[in-house]
Formats: sequence, C-alpha cells, structure tokens
Amino acid sequence: MEHEYDITLTVNGTAVSRRVPARQHLVDFLRDELELTGSHAGCEHGVCGACTLRVNGEIVRGCLMLAVQANGCRVDTIEGLSDSKELAALQKAFYERNALQCGFCTPGMLLAAQDLILKSNRPTREEIRNHISGNYCRCTGYEAIVDSIEEVVNGKS
Amino acid sequence: MGKAELPLHAPGTKVDRGYIGQSVPRPNAKRLLQGRGTYVDDLKLPRLAHVVFYRSPHAHAKIKRLEFSAALKLTGVIGVFSGKDVAEYCTPWVGVLAHLKGIKSPPQHAVAIDRACWQGEAVAAVVAETRARAEDALALIEVEWEELPAVIDMEDSLAGKKIIHNEFSDNICFRREHDTGGVDEAFAAADVVVEETFDFGRHTGVCLEMRSILADYNAAEHSLTVYHSTQAPHMMQDIFSRHLGIPEASVRVIARDVGGSFGIKVHVYPDEMATAALSVMLRRPVKFVADRLESFATDIHAREHKAKVRLACTKAGEILAFDLDDLTGIGPYSVYPRTSGIEGNQVVNLTGGPYKHQKYRAKLNVVFTNKNVTCQYRAVGHPIAVALTEGIVDKAAAKIGMDPAEFRRKNLIPDDAYPYTFPSGVKFEKLSHHKCLDLLLEKMQYEQIRLEQIQLRKKGIYRGIGLAAMIEVTNPSPAFYGVGGARISAQDGATLRLEPTGMVTVMCSVTEQGQGTEGIFAQIAASAVGVSLEKIKVITGDTGVTPYGGGTWASRGAGIGGEAVLLSGRALRANILEIASKILNVDKDTLDIESNTVVSKLTQEKKLLLEELGRVAYFRPDTLPMDFQAELTVTRHYTPRQYGFTFTNGIQASLVEVDTDTGFVKLLKHWCVEDSGTVINPMLVDEQLRGGVVQGIGAALFEECLYSPEGQLLNGNMADYLVPMSGEMPDIICAHVETPTMQSQLGAKGVGEAGTAGAPGAVMNAINDALAPLNARVTAMPFTPERILKALGRV
Repeated sequence: MEHEYDITLTVNGTAVSRRVPARQHLVDFLRDELELTGSHAGCEHGVCGACTLRVNGEIVRGCLMLAVQANGCRVDTIEGLSDSKELAALQKAFYERNALQCGFCTPGMLLAAQDLILKSNRPTREEIRNHISGNYCRCTGYEAIVDSIEEVVNGKS
Repeated sequence: MGKAELPLHAPGTKVDRGYIGQSVPRPNAKRLLQGRGTYVDDLKLPRLAHVVFYRSPHAHAKIKRLEFSAALKLTGVIGVFSGKDVAEYCTPWVGVLAHLKGIKSPPQHAVAIDRACWQGEAVAAVVAETRARAEDALALIEVEWEELPAVIDMEDSLAGKKIIHNEFSDNICFRREHDTGGVDEAFAAADVVVEETFDFGRHTGVCLEMRSILADYNAAEHSLTVYHSTQAPHMMQDIFSRHLGIPEASVRVIARDVGGSFGIKVHVYPDEMATAALSVMLRRPVKFVADRLESFATDIHAREHKAKVRLACTKAGEILAFDLDDLTGIGPYSVYPRTSGIEGNQVVNLTGGPYKHQKYRAKLNVVFTNKNVTCQYRAVGHPIAVALTEGIVDKAAAKIGMDPAEFRRKNLIPDDAYPYTFPSGVKFEKLSHHKCLDLLLEKMQYEQIRLEQIQLRKKGIYRGIGLAAMIEVTNPSPAFYGVGGARISAQDGATLRLEPTGMVTVMCSVTEQGQGTEGIFAQIAASAVGVSLEKIKVITGDTGVTPYGGGTWASRGAGIGGEAVLLSGRALRANILEIASKILNVDKDTLDIESNTVVSKLTQEKKLLLEELGRVAYFRPDTLPMDFQAELTVTRHYTPRQYGFTFTNGIQASLVEVDTDTGFVKLLKHWCVEDSGTVINPMLVDEQLRGGVVQGIGAALFEECLYSPEGQLLNGNMADYLVPMSGEMPDIICAHVETPTMQSQLGAKGVGEAGTAGAPGAVMNAINDALAPLNARVTAMPFTPERILKALGRV
C-alpha cells in the first residue's frame, strides 16, 4: 500500500509538519493539504509552469517535485510573496499593463519573473522573453508581461 | 438619439464619454495577481467526492464486458459506474439545429453505452474519496473490447466505404451548397484563374485551467448547485435542468474565476454531464477536473479542413468570382447544443468576405470521423476562411504581377458602399476596409520594408511580408442559435443597484474569463450613472444572481452585455434624479449627476451626495412624499436584432524571416489594425488582439493534434503538442479605426476573436512571400520546419 512519511518544512515563513503520501506532488500538498490554492496545476508534467514555486530560493515546478523532497526546505508561494510585498512592484506593473487575463498562469509567471529580477542585472527584452519561456500563457500573447518585467527591471536601483 | 459620442447623458446635458475610451486597469486583476482567485479546483465542500473516467483506448470499439469488482474493493472507492448506470440519471442528447438543414447526429450519452467512438471517450466512471484513489481504481477496471473498423481520414469518411453510425447510410453530418449563379461564366470570361488546395491541422484551445466542474446535489430540495468553469452559465442551467430532470429554478450554475476558455468551455461535455448525474445519484458533491492528457483527448478540437479554392480575375486585377469546396471532419458526434456544423457554415459565409466580387459558389461537407469531436473554438471558421481567401488573393496578385497591397485596395469593398449584402448572403452594416488598409500600410512602413526585403534577398536573407484582410462575426442576434431551436440566449441583461453608501453594484449575465468584461462593465456603469470607477462592484457568472443571458462567446460581451449595462445605468441615473428631485424639491430636469454627486445641470453646483440620497431612500423614506416609492434597483436587457451579426473588419500583417537551411520561421513583427466600433478600454482591446494574434500564430506554426492511421492521438501532451511560448513571439503593433455600430447606444462591436481570425493567413502569406524567389510554397498548416524544407526540396 501507500508509503507515507513525516515531513517538516517552512512554508511562507511558517513551520509545517504533516504526514504525506510518498507519491504526493509538492503542488498537490500545498493545494490540498495546506489549502494554498494560489499555485496552479496546469499540466502536471512539467511543461506549463503554472505551478512554479520557490524552494530554498530556487524556482521549481511544483508538479515535478514530491512533497517528501521538500522535507526541511523553505518553500515560498504566491500567497507568501504577496503578503511579504516582495512581488509588489511586479504585481503593480502587471496590474497597470493588464499583463494577465484569466490569471491562471500569473502566480507562476510572477515567480519566474521575480527569479530573473533577483538573479540578473538589467536583462534585455530578449533575455526576459527567454527566461519566462517555460511559463505558458494562452491569453495575453506575452507582450504585456514582457513590458511589465522590463519596467520593473529598468526601475531597479 | 445620437450614437457616435457615447455614452450620452440625458438629453440636454453635456456630452460626456466618462470612462469610455480610457485604459483603466481591471479591478479583478488584483486578486488574480495574488493567487487569491477561485477556480473550480480551489473549492472544497463537505462530503466532496472525486470522479475520474475510464476512457476508450480504441478509436472505435464495442464494449463486450466491463468488470468493476476489483476496483470496487479498493478502500476509499465510493462507486464505479457504467454508461447504463449514469443514463438512469441523465438523458442523452442530439447536437442538431433546425436552421442547418439536414444536419444529423446520433444520440450521445454522458458515458458511452455498448460502443466507444473515439480514443478518449469515457466508458466508465469511478467515484472515490480522493482523486488519487479514484485513479488507483481506474487501473483495476477490466474491459473486454471488440475493435470495429475506424474511419480516421475525412476523405475516406466522405467516400463512405465504412459507415460509423449504423443508423445512417453515410458519414455526412451536414452539407451545404451555396451558389449566386454565374460562377462558371465568370471563370470562363476571366483573364486569370488561380486555384489552390489548403490543409488546416486540427488543433485545440489548451486553456491553462483544464475543464472543471463541481456538482452539488441537495436531495432534500431536489436542487443542484454547479460550480463550473464555463462561459455560459444560463445555457448550462437549462441543460442540467432538462437532462437531469431538475426544475430550472432549482439549478444554479456558478462560474467564479475561469482559467481561460476560448470557446472550449461553451459546450456540453459528456464527462461533465456525468459528474452532475453522479452527484444526483450519490446525493453528495462530486468534482471532476480533467487532467492535461484528458484535455487533449476530449476538449473540443477544431479546424480540421481541406479546402480547394479558385479565384477568377481580370488582368487589371479585378476579382470576378470565388469558388470553394471545403471538407471538414468533426469526430463521431455533432457537439451539443451548438452543433459541429457551424464552423464549416462560417467558412462558406465568410470566404472572400472583404471583397466586392458578385459571383460566389461554395460547397461544404461536414463528415463524421473516429477522432475526438470538433466544435466552435475562438474565431470559429474565420481562420480558415481568411487564410483561404488571402492565400488565393496573394496567388492571383502574384500571377498578374501586382503588389498584394495594391491588389487588395483594388478589390476591397469601398468604405461608402454600406449597408452591403455579400454574395454569401451575410449583411454588413458599416465596414472600413480601406481606412484600415491605409492605416496598416502607414504603421508598418510598407514600402520601406519592401525595399529592405529586396536588399536582404541579395544577401541570401529571405524575409516575407504577408497581409490578411478580414471580416468577423460579432454581437450575434438570435439568428446564430436561437432560430435553430437551441435554448441559447442572444439577449443579455444587467441589473444595477445603488447601495445606501452611494456605491453601485452591477450584475450582468455576460461572464468573465479574463477578457476584462467586468472591467469594462464598471467603466460603462460608472459613466452612465455618473459615479467614479471605484464606486462600482461587478458581479457576473451566477444564475442565482444575475439577469438571464447568453454569457461570453462569439465576441458578444462588450457589444451586448455592455449595451445592457449602459441602458441599465441610464435608467438608474434617471431614477436617482427622480429621488433627488423629491428630496430637493426641484424639477428633476434641472439636475444631473457628476462625480458621485447630484448637481445642478445648469451651474454644476453640488446639491446632494449619492450617499446622502441613498441614506434617505433606504433608511428615511418616511421623509419622501407619500405617493412616491424610490426604485434604486433597475434591470435592462439588450438583443441585437437589426442585423444577424454585427460584422467587424480589420487587416493584419506579418513580417517573417525564413531560414532556408533549417526551415525555421522567425516572426519579426506583427501588425493588427481593427475596427471594432467604439473602443471602451484601448488597453484591454489591444490585449485581446495580441492574445488572439498569438493564438493564431500557434495555429500557423506549431499546433496540430496528430492522429495515427488507427485513430490514436499521438501528441496529446504539452511536451509534444507545441503552443506559442514567449521566446518565439513577436511584438505586436495594434491600431484602430472606430466605426461604431448604429444598432446600439454604446456602438461597440466585438474584438475577442479578431486576432485569431487573421493571424494564420497573414503568417502563411508572409512565409510564401519569403519563399517566392525560391519557387517554393506551403499550403498545409501548421508550417513546421519539415514542411518548409520539403517545399524547398531540401528533405
């Protein structure tokens, strides 16, 4: 039968302990167990990027990582990064430029964009397009998203 | 009443467009940006059960035996059900419409009984306490199959050697022939005749949120609440009511946040009907969320067409006639309730649409196949019609040696020719092809990029410029579905309520899936009532709350829903002024509303804050005259009826560079000039165009649902089915001509599908323009590197 493991991790700054099935994906754990539904499962095979999360400072696909693998890790989701205001500049730019329509890709897109902002110095428009090319958006055509990220990048001191 | 400057305040007051035409952000974007939206899969209810489906591995097979005993023994499994079990709770349906003469389709059940007709059709349902447990049980179901002959290719289907449905004598779902007469004579008299056969790959919507439904049956009151990722809550309310046997008023359909739809979520899906039926059967809430592999196998596909088109013209470049023969394969069933005949029907209606020729003949065959069903997907039929038209127009221009822009200018219907009846029978109220063409050529610096193209060719760089003019069906009247017997509302309604604090709540039957409908309704309502934007709260997507209406499809949200909001807003404004006149004891005609305040119409002097008016009307009506009742909730509806459809027009251009060694196409830039009437929010309109263009680029370059000769979907996952990602997409320049429709006060036409309609044709023409010096030409979408290299003779 199903194997289960005890895990302890820090989610959005709060310590969490649960017993989880070995096969449970991290995004399902966050959504079903912790009811953090801001991270979305769009394809469950690692392509669409809707489940993008931050684990120990690196962005990962929540559908390609098991919850047990997050034992001892620091996990940040859209909810935590919104409340901490870390994403505020990006969210403001996305809002003002309508860089989202249905919003299903948006949490993952913001985490991918923030990763670029933290790790690179003044990326070009092409570098922005490449960095988010693992995040599928069916609605916008991407241009407003690229514009928003570019605006935040250029405004970065 | 005047219509061009909108919205007008009451007659006699100053003309004020308010927020109309302003690029204000959408209020509902804020929650989505923080991951605090509510999509169906985010919902949990007490005693929630989860359903998954056992799907046919065969394209066509008889179900000899279903064995559930092992699955039923698994802990956490609530039940396993066959098609017959589910049919006791859900009646079958037939996807036909009376105005598509002769259309036929067999009855379809929520879960297949006896026979599966495509790979992916559900043949059993497992309900369990968790989705994971239900999926475990799927592996324990045993099915004994007898494979039946499958019809996969649509030309084989048309030939009819194997018949899919025994009750019919052929595989033809629907056929239509249209002829103005004089076509053969026009071709005989023409200086130039060009002909081409175009192939369009079957593709699908790939909404990022997969189809999702949570049905919650309340046995005590025989009522059903359905949380549904849908575009048409009232249509679904009617369908759940009739097929599950629950009174209409006891069915409530709620569409909260919807993660993209594009026409995918406006149809009746068997697995969703089964979910609702299982909720009734089990007397508890049941949730179904398709996984991505199920989405590829069962979300409606679209656009599998093979069409031969001929064009006759004079050597001076005057188009005389079009002749079309289109074949499309739709899967084993015509989809309920909109049918799978509409897409082909649109191709017949629209081919040649921008041009002024008078002779037109078209033949359409819509045939059954043993592949997933096809139905209406964003821009329904338009991408086919536009690519056929613009592809053959470019070929004709090349043959007579005329510049393609000049050839179009010569043949586009003149801007002063309206109203105009096109040879297919469709009527245009007012279009602006020439203004749009001129604006496009100016925006793209057409002549300059033509010169650059010539220079670069000398260096072995193959750039191409492609144009695609188009017309588009928007704001449909009941002529689209209602006249055919479908219980689909062409009318929409809006209720506006002034709250005691002076805020205005707007409840509209048009829904929101990210287009920004709620945002523009706020703009229209604020402008019509005279309040500031932050005073408006919009509610959509709940049959228990909003007026009755059609929902969001066929580019109707702004034009129809927006008009209902405008009319309702004006009525509320009038009622507010009536109350103000009683409070202030002055004639209401001397009053107006500006910036949340009742003012003197003449002097603009502030007289009464709306929050004070609300306080009096709701809490101190004893101070109002005895014979007066304040009415601060009003409802108005709107249905377009003067024209069958409010056509829009536009033109797109694509600039590409083809790598003749690899066959890769680099999209350098894309332009889109669109006339969608009154532009309510330029930013949102441009975003609709851009998103639509990129979806059309997907069709042109990447997307195709590939089936094996046995009917197996070969690339039904996101790794193998390519969609446009940010890295390959160009920047898209948008511009507008505004010709408001005179049928409404608002003047808005639809815009949500234009980008998708025109982009494939523009990209195709650009690629063929790039390849022209190499005497190569591609006509089968998507234009993959392999197809381009084959055209170049490199592989």
